[in-house]
Amino acid sequence: MLAKRIIPCLDVKEGRVVKGINFVGLRDAGDPVESAQRYSDGGADEITFLDITASHENRRTLFDLVDRTASTIAVPLTVGGGVRERRDVSELLHAGADKVSINSAAAANPTFVSDMAEAYGSQAIVVAIDAKRVPGKTARWTVYTHGGRRDTGLDAIAWAKEMADRGAGEILLTSMDRDGTRDGYDLVLTRTVVDAIPIPVVASGGVGTLDHVYEGLTSGGADAALAASIFHDGHYTVAEVKKYLLERGVCVRPPEQC
Amino acid sequence: MSRSRVTIVDLGLGNLHSVAKAFERAGAVAEISADPEVLRRADRLVMPGQGAFKECAHALAGAIGEAVRAWIDEGRPYLGICLGMQALFDSSEEAPGEEGLGIFGGTVRRFAPGLVDAEGRPLKVPHIGWNQIRSRHPVFEDGEWYYFVHSYYCVPNDESLVAATTDYGGPFCSAIARDNVLACQFHPEKSQHAGARVISHFLGDVAWS
Repeated sequence: MLAKRIIPCLDVKEGRVVKGINFVGLRDAGDPVESAQRYSDGGADEITFLDITASHENRRTLFDLVDRTASTIAVPLTVGGGVRERRDVSELLHAGADKVSINSAAAANPTFVSDMAEAYGSQAIVVAIDAKRVPGKTARWTVYTHGGRRDTGLDAIAWAKEMADRGAGEILLTSMDRDGTRDGYDLVLTRTVVDAIPIPVVASGGVGTLDHVYEGLTSGGADAALAASIFHDGHYTVAEVKKYLLERGVCVRPPEQC
Repeated sequence: MSRSRVTIVDLGLGNLHSVAKAFERAGAVAEISADPEVLRRADRLVMPGQGAFKECAHALAGAIGEAVRAWIDEGRPYLGICLGMQALFDSSEEAPGEEGLGIFGGTVRRFAPGLVDAEGRPLKVPHIGWNQIRSRHPVFEDGEWYYFVHSYYCVPNDESLVAATTDYGGPFCSAIARDNVLACQFHPEKSQHAGARVISHFLGDVAWS
């Protein structure tokens, strides 16, 4: 049976981790390669880098980082942030990323997603959707781009369907309302998207407790749970998350004893 | 002790970097080559593959394919990964009319529509993520988890080739072993310590059937 995945996410800027990571004994908390290795050794099923470097000129730094990380870790690596054109996708894959995550560029030009899926295979193309609830009685969300600054007005559910139809291999779904709150994933949003599309959904935004991860994978129905701060701040290890899930009957790959 | 040397067949179908690195982590010297002469001089051959069967079949239609076929016929150690496993069979539903290497009789099929998971939800294709194997073979660990990314799987005519199976809407063949040939549908290079152990086995002195 296919396991649910636990994915630590690292925000990187100019080749460095943005928020420090509280691993015991980590030599350099700002080194994404060392952090990624710690996570993969600890049982992470996949690692995601989100590049928040403002300028596009420093891409070389990111490619170099992806190259060094892919040489070091033996789990899949997803890289997103600032992916605008075909060259960005091909260079990231060439550097060793297994999947590339596309966000604003998809909203600006949905054909870009179809073209990239056609060129590199759906398995390599993730579409990141930042969704924010529209105030009102009925549950509705719209898609935000540019790091959450711009409301596209697109309906998040219809958008997820279109992206799946266009060949996205996976949706990375972030609740803008929950991101950074530690109140848990937006379970209604997650479940609605999961039920609407035939491709995996990675839940993101809002995890503060072990139970939030459990809820995201069960009530929310997500195929994978992405989290940042609960791991970075040293609140929980990936192994603790997995142990909690296994005890409650969720199918995850058990952390290895090593 | 001299280090094992592996030569990775480059079919021009994607990045082989992580495969090479996985072998280097296991202590081997890895080289990547598309030159049939270099392939013939290898100690151990690894054929990874991602992408489509059609492109793979085309890449193997010439001298590289000849070199790989001769290699296997001579009984030298071969590890096929993903498409490098599928290419050993006669044909694939993915590309009707295209020929594989035909080392083993059998075909490659797509996960059928209508398959459902334990909760009755439609199975997602491609099958992407970590899944478990059932195996009695010494190279693979029964119950161990490996990383998969594929929509097609091998169906050998000779069932005794099957070294491991995995459940995805029903059991499918996730690894084969025969004499000098080892091949798996999953990616050892992406399967953390479990994958590293498969690689170490391949680098050791074992006969695989």
